[in-house]
Amino acid sequence: MIAAYLVLLIPLVGILYFALAGHREDTGKINVRFNGICLLATIWLAINVLNQGTIISSGRAFLIDPFNVYLIVLTAFVGFTTSIFSSPYMEHEKEIGKLSDNRLKLYHSMFQGFMLAMYLVLTTNNMGIMWVAMEGATLATVLLVSLYRTPESIEAAWKYFILCGVGIAQALFGTILLYYAAVQIGDGENALLWSVLYENADKLNPEILEIAFVFLLIGYGTKIGLVPLHNWLPDAHSEGPTPMSAVLSGLLLNDALYAVVRNKMLVDGATDSNMAGYLMMGFGMLSFLVAAILLHRQKDIKRLFSYSSIEHMGLMTFSFGIGGPLATFAALLHMTVHSLTKSAIFVTVGHAAQLAGTQRIDQIRGLIKTQPKIGWGLLIGTIAIAGFPPFGVFTSEFLVLLATMHSYPWLTLPLLLGIGIAFAGLFRHIQPMVYGDRPEGQNPITANLWPVTIHLALVLWLGLAIPGFLAHWFSQATLLISGSTPL
Amino acid sequence: MNIEQLDFYTQAILSMAALVGLTSFLMLGQGRLLRLIFVFAMQGFLLTLTTALAAYSLNNHHLYISAVLTLALKVILIPWMLRREVLKMNMHRDIEALNNKTAVMMGGASLMVFSYYVLHPVVQSSSVVMLNALAVSLSVMLLGMLLMISHRQAIAHVVGFMSIENGLFFAAIVATNGMPMVVELGVAFDVLVAAVLFGIFFLHIRTSIDSLDVDLLNKLHEVDK
Amino acid sequence: MNWLIAVLQTTLFVALAPLLAGWVKCCKCRLQNRKAPSIFQPYRDLLKLTYKQPVVSEQASWVFIKAPYIIFSATVLAATVVPLIAVDLPTSASADVIVMVGFFAFARFFLALAGLDIGTAFGGMGSSREMTISSLAEPAMLMAIFTLTMTASTTNLSFAISHVLNEGLVLRPSFVFALAALVLVAIAETGRIPVDNPATHLELTMIHEAMILEYSGRHLALIEWASQLKLMLYGVLIANIFLPWGIAESFGVQALGYGLLAIMGKLAVLAVFLAIAETLVAKMRLFRVQEYLSFAYLLGLLGMLSHIILEAAR
Repeated sequence: MIAAYLVLLIPLVGILYFALAGHREDTGKINVRFNGICLLATIWLAINVLNQGTIISSGRAFLIDPFNVYLIVLTAFVGFTTSIFSSPYMEHEKEIGKLSDNRLKLYHSMFQGFMLAMYLVLTTNNMGIMWVAMEGATLATVLLVSLYRTPESIEAAWKYFILCGVGIAQALFGTILLYYAAVQIGDGENALLWSVLYENADKLNPEILEIAFVFLLIGYGTKIGLVPLHNWLPDAHSEGPTPMSAVLSGLLLNDALYAVVRNKMLVDGATDSNMAGYLMMGFGMLSFLVAAILLHRQKDIKRLFSYSSIEHMGLMTFSFGIGGPLATFAALLHMTVHSLTKSAIFVTVGHAAQLAGTQRIDQIRGLIKTQPKIGWGLLIGTIAIAGFPPFGVFTSEFLVLLATMHSYPWLTLPLLLGIGIAFAGLFRHIQPMVYGDRPEGQNPITANLWPVTIHLALVLWLGLAIPGFLAHWFSQATLLISGSTPL
Repeated sequence: MNIEQLDFYTQAILSMAALVGLTSFLMLGQGRLLRLIFVFAMQGFLLTLTTALAAYSLNNHHLYISAVLTLALKVILIPWMLRREVLKMNMHRDIEALNNKTAVMMGGASLMVFSYYVLHPVVQSSSVVMLNALAVSLSVMLLGMLLMISHRQAIAHVVGFMSIENGLFFAAIVATNGMPMVVELGVAFDVLVAAVLFGIFFLHIRTSIDSLDVDLLNKLHEVDK
Repeated sequence: MNWLIAVLQTTLFVALAPLLAGWVKCCKCRLQNRKAPSIFQPYRDLLKLTYKQPVVSEQASWVFIKAPYIIFSATVLAATVVPLIAVDLPTSASADVIVMVGFFAFARFFLALAGLDIGTAFGGMGSSREMTISSLAEPAMLMAIFTLTMTASTTNLSFAISHVLNEGLVLRPSFVFALAALVLVAIAETGRIPVDNPATHLELTMIHEAMILEYSGRHLALIEWASQLKLMLYGVLIANIFLPWGIAESFGVQALGYGLLAIMGKLAVLAVFLAIAETLVAKMRLFRVQEYLSFAYLLGLLGMLSHIILEAAR
């Protein structure tokens, strides 16, 4: 349990440290260290859970089970590698005069604030606190989206703030309804604890829970970026600093989906109808197809990949919606590989944009000729995210298809179609950027591509073979969510 | 169950619910920012009264803390901040011309009916009073959204945002006699931070487009034109 | 005996109406730092007008000459329907609130005709405005009144008031809305600020005054009296429906005396509120009146809705 407290304490110290110490030469590196220590703490936590099973803290305020512990480690890992990338990236932004020391102070402090909110969402056992932390994540990142203070970034941040704020208010209403249903079976002060709710799920009023789930799905779905609630997402991703886009795409979306799945588990316990599953399938499929089509019309490289994020989140939501062990397993795997791949892509995209001095797709050209590392990174990342074998995304998408074919055969067709459309959309944009002639005056920059390499290597590994302990973990989480195990 | 048979507390809560709903409608049709803010503060005050009433009649002490928090945040701090902003921007004489005011009002009325429709299953498990409380708070939320859609000023958006929060708070107080204390404190903290952030944002929007009219924030599109 | 009290009540209504108008004027003057006329001034004005010889235009038809009498008597008839000091009187028991609204509409119809009859620009303008406003105000008023009548399950004012009286203190959300709607409608119908300004007939935005611009002498006196009566009617309606306490339920001298005192007290307080509101609020543009009245309608509708949803038995 100490490990869990440590996971929350480190970013808290981080916020205060960066806020008080101000920006110095080595702040970026200290940020890396904070995230590194946190990663170690999460690994310790994970080992504990692996040995002891589910941990509930003494006051029942925190709950660590196989489902969230793996997301915690993933969060810490992506946070760590992103901070490695962010250190030289932000220095570069400062050198070209886009950011001042004060802004960097804000950036680092809020980076830790965001991490804290993410850990809190994942570790808490209280559905109310989960909401508070989710809203906290918005509040922490909203000023980062407008970090550059350009009119576009302020517009994006305002949209992000208002849409997510209003959206997540629906989730609070859902949570209140949940609490209302829970109070009726007694135990006032503890009635919002997930573990208590889960034990008594069959006693909760199914009708109220169904209404509550609609609100929860709309609320957290705004954060996931489900169509038609996705408008903020491409804006916030494209206008904020790139490390922010990486963590938003890699972590925030995942954690919002995590919240939805937690609630779905309760609703499934209370009702016999698969209402929650159908809703998630519908929204997921819609997001998947719409985002795949919109990929074709993008002119900004970061917007391009944020639509790709919407597409993949849609696929995961769909897969969780199907609900069987295989589909759940696939969704969990997809969560992991998408997080890793997408954050790697955003890192390379950030470098590519710095290289070309713009984010416009038609002005980024000849990356491989200018700086092969970045060019190849982007190309391989795109191949991975588009679902080519032997990368992990292929495995998970294949499993999703398999599960769909098993349960709803006729839905395989739109899925395949969507994957095809998305693939075409990505490659028609990526191909000229990576190949092609090097424009005048485009020079290599200092870039740290270790995070990309590590992420892509991991995705490759997951594609070739899922290591035993991870498979064990996934199947435990699948057992928890869907009630049986696929292996 | 007729209203005459309910106890005085429930009657009072129902009246409060009706008044809170009324303030939402008043906000919806309000073109002047200062009056909008005033009505918003009134809504906050009604919430404070409701909370205090619930705390008194249920003898629940932590609700007093909620009442004080509401009073401080929603009646004093946020309206004061918004008012200062309006005066600073010299917008207190502007009247925002609302398009289709009647349509918006009628839309508001239908949203209210819609919330009753959505929440109707609640009746089966509990009293009509709960349905009313929840439906009124849901309609306050929906009306807050409608307010944000129909107004163009950033300040009106903030008022809409906060009134959505008010609706949630009302639901939490009346339907469930308040959420657990830790959650309520967390929500209050979020509201406070949001209010501060809104203040910062006003500054940013003003320096970037020299106005608080969010219709001018129109550079980003879903697909590039 | 009952009929005697009914006649007495109506007489009181007619007799007290100028007093109320005088009291409102007096309060307003005090609030605006002016020297107030005596509260009996309206009586003197009416007396003065009746002595004067009416001047009638050559173009005027019989409508113009008969209209004041019709308007006055229709308003007096409306007054018989509304319980002033006692409930269960035969007059108010025989007619309900819709009849009252009908009398008002009848009076208004003749007033508008009279305004048109002479053919002056002001008269026609006033008539058209009056009809516009009343067409918007009437649904709002009926909506508010129906909220009440649905609660009491009767459209008879007398029975409705007894119902409210016997129920004791019940907080009803619907009544709050209905009261607000009725107050707004009353202000519009009696031509007070912010809809119309009763103190002037020199504005282009006038409504009531524009219609009666051509009247003089005893005709004018009757119309003025009728409009004072209307103000009082609305005041009594609001006071007795929403705060009926004090009204006489039996016909003893003591009960009736208390009833009279109670209603005078209530009206005096209402008049002070009216004066304060008229001092604080500026007259609004004519084209905003429809917004004002649609707001009143909305309130009435909300009252009705909250009655059906919040209070009805299930």
